[in-house]
Amino acid sequence: MSAPIEVPRWVDLALVPALAVVAAFLVAGLVVLAIGENPLSATLILLRGALGSGEGLGFTLYYATNFIFTGLAVAVAFHAGLFNIGGEGQATLGGLGAALVCLRLDFLPAWALVPLGALSAAAFGAAWAFIPAWLQARRGSHIVITTIMFNMLASALLVYLLVNVMGKPGSMSVETRVFAPAAHVPFVHELAAQFGVPIPASPLNLSFVLALAMAALMWVVLWRTRLGYAIRTVGASPTAAAYAGISNTRVIVVAMLISGGLAGLVAVNEIMGVQERLLLEFTSGAGFIGIAVALMGRSHPFGIVLASILFGVLYQGGTELAFDMPSITRDMVVTISGLVILFAGALDGLFRRPLAAAFAGRGKGA
Amino acid sequence: MRGWILGVVAATAMGGAAWAQEVKPAIVYDLGGKFDKSFNEGVYNGAEQFKKATGIEYRDFEIQNDAQREQALRRFARDGFSPIVAVGFSQASAVEKVAKEFPNAKFTIIDMVVDAPNVQSVVFKEHEGSFLVGLLAAKASKTGKVGFVGGMDIPLIRKFACGYVQGVKFANPSAEVFQNMTGTTGAAWNDPVKGAELAKAQIDRGADVIYHAAGGTGIGVLRATADAGKLGIGVDSNQNGLHPGKVLTSMLKRVDTATVATFTQAKDNKWKAGVSVLGLAEGGVGWALDDNNKALITADMKAAADKAAADIISGAIKVHDYMSDQKCPG
Amino acid sequence: MSAGGEGAGSPEPAPSLELVGIDKRFGEVHANKAVDLVVRRGSIHGIVGENGAGKSTLMSIVYGFYEADAGEIRVNGRPVRIRAPREAIAAGIGMVHQHFMLVEPLSVLDNVMLGAEGGALLRAGARKARAELERLSTEYGLAIDPDAIVGDLPVGLQQRVELLKALVRGADILVLDEPTAVLTPEEADHLFRLLRVLASEGKTVILITHKLREIMAVTSRVSVMRRGEMVATLDTADTSPGQLAELMVGRRVLLRVEKGPARLGALRLQVQNLTVVDAKGTPRVRDVSFGVHAGEIVGVAGISGNGQSELLEALAGMRPIAGGRITLGSTEIGPELRDPHVLRRRGLLHVPEDRLRMGLVPPFEACESAILGFHEEERYRAGPLLSRDAVIEDTREKMESYDVRPPAPLLRTSKFSGGNQQKLVLAREIERSPKVLLVGQPTRGVDIGAIEFIHRRLVALRDAGVAILLVSVELDEIMGLADRVVVMCGGRVTGERLTSETDERELGLLMAGVSEQAA
Repeated sequence: MSAPIEVPRWVDLALVPALAVVAAFLVAGLVVLAIGENPLSATLILLRGALGSGEGLGFTLYYATNFIFTGLAVAVAFHAGLFNIGGEGQATLGGLGAALVCLRLDFLPAWALVPLGALSAAAFGAAWAFIPAWLQARRGSHIVITTIMFNMLASALLVYLLVNVMGKPGSMSVETRVFAPAAHVPFVHELAAQFGVPIPASPLNLSFVLALAMAALMWVVLWRTRLGYAIRTVGASPTAAAYAGISNTRVIVVAMLISGGLAGLVAVNEIMGVQERLLLEFTSGAGFIGIAVALMGRSHPFGIVLASILFGVLYQGGTELAFDMPSITRDMVVTISGLVILFAGALDGLFRRPLAAAFAGRGKGA
Repeated sequence: MRGWILGVVAATAMGGAAWAQEVKPAIVYDLGGKFDKSFNEGVYNGAEQFKKATGIEYRDFEIQNDAQREQALRRFARDGFSPIVAVGFSQASAVEKVAKEFPNAKFTIIDMVVDAPNVQSVVFKEHEGSFLVGLLAAKASKTGKVGFVGGMDIPLIRKFACGYVQGVKFANPSAEVFQNMTGTTGAAWNDPVKGAELAKAQIDRGADVIYHAAGGTGIGVLRATADAGKLGIGVDSNQNGLHPGKVLTSMLKRVDTATVATFTQAKDNKWKAGVSVLGLAEGGVGWALDDNNKALITADMKAAADKAAADIISGAIKVHDYMSDQKCPG
Repeated sequence: MSAGGEGAGSPEPAPSLELVGIDKRFGEVHANKAVDLVVRRGSIHGIVGENGAGKSTLMSIVYGFYEADAGEIRVNGRPVRIRAPREAIAAGIGMVHQHFMLVEPLSVLDNVMLGAEGGALLRAGARKARAELERLSTEYGLAIDPDAIVGDLPVGLQQRVELLKALVRGADILVLDEPTAVLTPEEADHLFRLLRVLASEGKTVILITHKLREIMAVTSRVSVMRRGEMVATLDTADTSPGQLAELMVGRRVLLRVEKGPARLGALRLQVQNLTVVDAKGTPRVRDVSFGVHAGEIVGVAGISGNGQSELLEALAGMRPIAGGRITLGSTEIGPELRDPHVLRRRGLLHVPEDRLRMGLVPPFEACESAILGFHEEERYRAGPLLSRDAVIEDTREKMESYDVRPPAPLLRTSKFSGGNQQKLVLAREIERSPKVLLVGQPTRGVDIGAIEFIHRRLVALRDAGVAILLVSVELDEIMGLADRVVVMCGGRVTGERLTSETDERELGLLMAGVSEQAA
């Protein structure tokens, strides 16, 4: 009789991650101390930088937007038992999809162009995920390997297209021309200004709302639809799925299409919202952060939104930290994020076990 | 009338006071980071040089993603920094935007032209310098085969490669030039292992002089050529000392001098917006000759290079700029 | 480790193993409640109890997998602290697990040495281990080729390797957890002979099982556990299976299923020359033919791993077939119909052998597991969504009519006991009024109370005219439930008998592959 670790749900979803974050900060604090800075003021700068001003909050949520998309992408695949490491490539292709629409169809009005661009981003991301999915389902090629390869192919493709086909001729920059204004996903501060509410400028745009909507939608799809049921069954027990007559092939392909589509939506935030042109490496590793986010959020949309915001805080707060404490370089900031991933993902049991014991002990006392 | 005079006096006084404080230089590096062994580091070296000479502190920031370009520029501008040096062509659109928001701040962008009243653009004629090292490579090569390892297949690197090929062909029209690019992501600029592999592959095909324009990746190129007893050519800063006697020369791109220049102009209130194109004539590019490589450069080679340099400056030799038509002859 | 001093007239020696007041909790579950146990040296001591009675937990504590919350373990009269299997081994306790802990690609010798290499140099350790193996095989008749690859050995011999592993490490107390689950009756008999030899040589054997027949056959004393408590320890000679069953369950139970004669209807399922090949190309089912009529239970007997699982999965549409025909009613099941989904709609339902890997999804809520295979049905729909209300309500009804405890549709599937999980699967499949029901190992890991319930349901279903194919490795179950039995060995049918005209000895021989003529 093995004893599975059972803890109340709120402990699982909130307390354990919170403890992991605190532990990560403590260890990061030691590192900060070691380079001769005050960890407490570093923490304060980080938090104030991320949450203490309208602009900081805007940046935090703007970063979180990317992570929600890629985190959901990883989670959906994960529910089907697939480890999609290709978020980076799928997001890159999403950028291509968005850019093609925004450049070619820019005679359309904004109300048509923006949704079309978003759809195209999702479609391109999904298409890029389809090939590894198909190879996995039909040929048994491991999806971890193929999606990594497709990340490389995506960046190679983008370099080729931007240098030889889509780039601005005569320019050193490897990027397309700036899109027409109609292709722009409005910034939150622009919208607020229209309603007479002045808020500080930040790259936060309506994609954040799209990201939240996707999180809600994914919850419904996964837990309230037949498709979600099939996806989760294949992920939790492929043998049970075979018994039930649920087609593995179909579920793998569909789950990866959804996953790739979600990753592709990063482009709506980055390409259509912020940069308004297609450029190299606009994903900035969001596809990989998505893995950590999904792990930390326990592949649950709500957890993913929270974890994304946490990583947004780390990104934006880390930027402020690098500004205000020049001895803390961007590598330090990466180290701190790494510690969070380590504690929240890899060392999960570190807190879960003692907590489970504590809760078992409380049961005994009662 | 009195008010007007007072106003002028006040403005002058404030101007004077502000003038002394105004030189608060700042730098925003590109994704490669401060210590990329390449041109970001060149800017850093220039800034350090300036600091040592004048005692004026500066601030810098290494970005992690595209969104931070604007954020960092704006942050520096708002905090009163000026001039703000933006390193790399990728910063163009961010500089354009932020320069508009802060018309009183001075911006200097390296490797790209931004047309704004408060932006100084510094670009280099990398093709001219590359031409000279190409000429030297062809003269030093015994096999008649030389190599080029670039970081990423982007216009800037094609510009390097194109100048190099022209120089090689100028010295030896029948020479063969192998070209390889390292990768398609930012990692391509910092992948010495891959750089060494590419260099070895070119050596296997017969190349005995290899020029790199690949940032940190080039460290691997130079090591591989040195290990194989062949010659490497450094880029951006003087890399002759990395493997003394094994590095034929380095193509110098003086971002350090450009940085010192823009900081000093600002200090002396001589900073001007506009485009400065730094080529051989301006001393912005060149090739390195020092104790480490003087045994490798024969008098004949030096004479040929000096003559070509003079001809380029005078216009007798026209080095084709890839960027002018996105094409490279031959 | 004093082994001698047991001559007549000498004072009663200290018990080999003594447990005093062992107490263990897992959260809400009180797995062992102040358990006391005395095991005499040189005895074979049985421990019986239903699933979840706490016997595995108790032995895991003895072997150091868990540490008790309270209580004391004494070996040869001396208190010992056992916090890890390493310490158990040091105290002279060895364990043979139900699922072997062997490295299949390695040789017998390598496996025996694993974890006891005896120094950095393998060669010296190997020489010693080889000598020790030889000594043990002559002493106890445990003959085995030290260089054979474990994965190539039959199950009975693999178990022997486990035993040798424990003995080489100097075990005086051997704990065997359900050792016969994977053995043929022949192999089981062989094991029992071996255990008697070991006991007579002064080793102490603790045998955990739920098969009362084995307890009666081999043990000298037996302890009964129920709900974490040790309810009785008896001399085997003074007890009976009926009494033990009653002690285990806490009430009177019927060990035998009551059923009338079968009233056969039409031929519902016909299998002709069926051949099934696995993914590696090895034939698993070879040229098998039989039929099942409405109103009868046909049992498929055989030792685990002789093609029954593949047969069942092929019939359920989960596996492609390499040759032969399957006919359901009057329809031949061609490749286009070979899909669990389609077959289900045609009235062929399936209670799979392995409920945790197939029949249910352990991390799902019970109500989600309760619609496995049927989630596309109209009644669970609400527009584009799954109607959660309908699913929960439906599960609640099933739980009520099948007495699933606790009747909590939202509880995680894995939290139910084996019996209740199985009831949930049965409820799901039976409730859809099957024409043909495939049933695999319906009572594996199910407690006696639930076994009784499940058996009665199956008989009732038979009497209602359902054609039932029952695959089970428990001969008792086949003999008790089936009207006719098909015996498989090595993928082939080695015989077909009416249960009323055969006995376990004959079936045992057929299971071992002795051909029909010889039997």
